[in-house]
Amino acid sequence: MNRSDVSSELQPILDEVTGRFEGRIESWLAPRLNEVYFHARMELVSGFCAHLFRKWGGRLVSVFADDARAGAGVFHLYYVMALDAAHGFFILRVPVPPETPEFLSLTDAMPAVNWQEREIQDLFGLKLLNHPNPRRCALHDDWPEVYPLRKDFDLRTVLPPFQGVRHKFRTVEGEGVFQVPVGPVHAGIIEPGHFLFSVAGEPVLYLQLRMFYVHKGTEKLFESIPIPHGVRLAESISGDSSFAHATAFCHAVERAAGVEPPPRARALRTVCLELERLYNHIADVGAICTDVAFVTANMHAMRLKERILRVNEQLTGNRLLRGMACVGGVRFDFNANQLHDLRQLVNELEREFKDLIQLTSSNSGLLDRLEGTGVLTPKVARDLGVVGIAGRASGFDHDLRRDFPHAFYDQVQFTVPVFTDGDVQCRFDVRRDEVIQSFAILRQTMEKLPAGPLAVPVGEVPPDRVALGYVEGWRGEIFHWIHTAPGNRLARCKVKDPSLQNWPALCEAILGNIIPDFPVVNKSFNLSYSGTDR
Amino acid sequence: MFETLSKSLKTGIVTTGYPDTPAEVSQHARGKPQVDWAGWKDARPAAAVCPTAAIELRDESGVRTATLDLGKCIYCGLCADADPAIRMTHERALAACSRQNLRQTARYRLNADGTQQQLLAAPAAPDATPESLETVGRQLRERIQAVLGRSLHIREVDAGSCNGCEVEIHGLNSPVYDIERFGIHFVASPRHADMLLVTGPVTRNMELALRKTYDATPDPRLVVAVGACGCSGGLFGRNYATCGTVDAVIPVDLYIPGCPPHPLVILEGLLRLLGQLKERR
Ligand code: SF4
Repeated sequence: MNRSDVSSELQPILDEVTGRFEGRIESWLAPRLNEVYFHARMELVSGFCAHLFRKWGGRLVSVFADDARAGAGVFHLYYVMALDAAHGFFILRVPVPPETPEFLSLTDAMPAVNWQEREIQDLFGLKLLNHPNPRRCALHDDWPEVYPLRKDFDLRTVLPPFQGVRHKFRTVEGEGVFQVPVGPVHAGIIEPGHFLFSVAGEPVLYLQLRMFYVHKGTEKLFESIPIPHGVRLAESISGDSSFAHATAFCHAVERAAGVEPPPRARALRTVCLELERLYNHIADVGAICTDVAFVTANMHAMRLKERILRVNEQLTGNRLLRGMACVGGVRFDFNANQLHDLRQLVNELEREFKDLIQLTSSNSGLLDRLEGTGVLTPKVARDLGVVGIAGRASGFDHDLRRDFPHAFYDQVQFTVPVFTDGDVQCRFDVRRDEVIQSFAILRQTMEKLPAGPLAVPVGEVPPDRVALGYVEGWRGEIFHWIHTAPGNRLARCKVKDPSLQNWPALCEAILGNIIPDFPVVNKSFNLSYSGTDR
Repeated sequence: MFETLSKSLKTGIVTTGYPDTPAEVSQHARGKPQVDWAGWKDARPAAAVCPTAAIELRDESGVRTATLDLGKCIYCGLCADADPAIRMTHERALAACSRQNLRQTARYRLNADGTQQQLLAAPAAPDATPESLETVGRQLRERIQAVLGRSLHIREVDAGSCNGCEVEIHGLNSPVYDIERFGIHFVASPRHADMLLVTGPVTRNMELALRKTYDATPDPRLVVAVGACGCSGGLFGRNYATCGTVDAVIPVDLYIPGCPPHPLVILEGLLRLLGQLKERR
């Protein structure tokens, strides 16, 4: 049994859990105060997760595998439970022997893990048992039998070209039922994915998604490059969340190395995270208006977004905040002039955003279209583990900025808006209120901006460490989990974008709505395809 | 209604003066890396920190060929941090009609310890790039104007980007860049398009869709590869899940570098391709 310190809030839970599963938990260890690993056998998974869920309000936020055959002789599966109230993570690790590459599905009890389990099956070749729908998910149906995330698969393997074998969608039949396929190339300037609507008359009966069109081997690529290059790769997981992903990655590496970025770096990270939130939220407010034909509002929103992108460039040299993140802190400081520009931006945006909201609330046509459209009930949202904006519009009262303060968020005051109707209007309102909170966060951060260095030096990270990094991006919670390798490299980097968690919710929210409302419902979720597919 | 109008009137015109006035450049923007070719003593540290292998070295019998590929560069500035002979400028890299025109190559005689002794051949004059583009632009303009008149319809195809390029392409439709004032429209179907604007390293799962989109676009058609990924594969390169570049799948007429490219760089590339820029001057 390994002993180490955990936070005082986690201690009682740890005592209760180790007592309850005495003899079945082989060992536990806490590399960080809020991150505890339990080692057990596969049989414990469902009981362990269910217990943490029922007794301690735990949420299963990530499920993934790691090919540890070279060192431990087995594959490892990891189940990450977030204990929001106690501000910590319990992570269960179980082995899968290579001779019987199989694992038990939790999807029946927890639909939230459906796609994640299938992704493990596709990318690691571990067969899912008892899954209600074990078909391919991450690799399309025409892919040969390859398991890209196994260590014996070479990143640069050249596979025969895509033959276009069609995915076998479920058939929906009945009088007057017909199918409307959309994609993968969409009509607008958006990412690719395939949607198949089954409709009877106007209302949508069923929506099926085919994602992973932009799967580009990102997680495998992380294993082939030095850690500092990984920061740049993390910036390219989802372009609109460049800084959030890069920061989550850096957070994981810093935790593995046991270093803490200096206060000024943490404050500047918060500034950048909020700027990213602002430009995306404001753009979405506009885009939602466009999708219900109120284009003028969108023109104002796009103008404000451009204003923010220019300030991003003033501050970090890049409009999407790329190049700013680095392990141990941030790369660029803001001088007095830049801070002045930033202050001005906040004042101006506050004024302009108020006008924009005024325009939208005085437009009754907008209200008509947004209210009651694309409802995601709190119950369904909970079952699917929906997070972020879409979660908070459906009663999910969680935000890593508040519950797991990273960067500078423990030094500033803000509220987390939560609504319960779960319609497009609520998702619009979450954004509206978060924008206003962002102004407050930015002002407080600038007021309290600590002096001092921009980064701590982080040398080579020792091999065989594991660490979870996290950031509340504008879309929702982002997790990067790493397992380090010799030579300042990674044996594994698991990237969890909130989009992966939220896509299935779109299929529920659209039911009973008409296809012409799909764009606005989809926009109100605004999920990242690249973040999902990686 | 009144509020909507009054807000628009109060806001006034926000559209950039470009191209009648030069493109505004921020004093903090990170643009092209500039190498002091003659004073470059050792290219290895910069090549080692470059995350995309945009700085590529080939050593052969005491001679080093060093290439800086602006089509691969993501303009992160890490090379400049590591090497005093490299400086980040504010100047944005511009579009080129061939991949070769985005590359700068120099040759050096090497010392025994691998440092560079002497510059043997400097990169070709940098102003060669816009010139050759002008020529191709002129031919294309003739072709476009003969067939299309003055308007251009674009179909955007995301073939595996991270959506960063889409953020900036979207920006072209904003009132600030307002691409429609040049008669350029984004359209919903390749059948209505004269040009495909393609982003991403072309994933294996998008290869067929990209080919089909290309086939559905009526001739004469133009293809523009946008962003480091579209031009060169960028950070992703060719791997089990990607084809590597747009031109590995369909022929490309114009390469727009950047990660992502600034909207004005995209606009500039398209206008040059259309020859409008010159006409207006
Ligand atoms: S700026 Fe970055 S990507 Fe470009 S050459 Fe330098 S290190 Fe490489």
